[in-house]
Amino acid sequence: MIYRGGIGQWAYVLHRLTGVGILLFLLMHIVDTFIVRIHPETYTRLIRDVYAAPWFKPFEVALAAAVLYHALNGIRIVLIDFFDMPSVYHKRLFGAVLFLFVLLFLPGAYFLLRPLFS
Amino acid sequence: MAERVNRFAVGSGGWELASWYFMRLSGILLLGLALGHLVIMHVLHGVETIDSAFVLGRLANPVWQVYDWLLLTLALLHGFNGLRIIIDDYVHASAWRMTLQSIGYIAAFLAFVVGSVVIWAA
Repeated sequence: MIYRGGIGQWAYVLHRLTGVGILLFLLMHIVDTFIVRIHPETYTRLIRDVYAAPWFKPFEVALAAAVLYHALNGIRIVLIDFFDMPSVYHKRLFGAVLFLFVLLFLPGAYFLLRPLFS
Repeated sequence: MAERVNRFAVGSGGWELASWYFMRLSGILLLGLALGHLVIMHVLHGVETIDSAFVLGRLANPVWQVYDWLLLTLALLHGFNGLRIIIDDYVHASAWRMTLQSIGYIAAFLAFVVGSVVIWAA
């Protein structure tokens, strides 16, 4: 679906992509947590060999980035929908979304990648 | 204000309006629940320290059971309702659309049942 293009379009496409990505992870996460109930030893091994493995770090960081973007842009959507705001502020709000994203993502990524450096 | 009333008046109203409000309300609740979960598990603890004993200990605490079940339920409803809207937007052939929507409803139901069993199993 294309409407008007520009920043609003990208904010919207990213919102949908991150939303679907987070939903796919959620389904995987429900299955992996199910294993803790049926076979705890397998669960511990799975966490060690997959989620805590160095090769999974990029996916963990990507998940955090997706959740953070979806959350911040979601706040933007709620603000635009519930407060009558001149459209000139929509772009500024998206600027705020990007600014807060970088501000929160950098320390977040540091905490996730911390084990790699210790 | 008048514009807002009109916007809702031309929509299909009822169900879709409720869905529209639900996405925003559940989104605000998930802001705390999902980001809180992420911070607790990935920043305060870290994946490296998580094993079955940690998770089972956590799931034995009624406070975390309620927290996790609220997160599970709202995230599934929010996520699968979003997927439903996306399928409606992009899939126009009615046979395909009905197939995909059915898969979505079944997957949502199964995920809810399995997730609830994980959280509430004694």
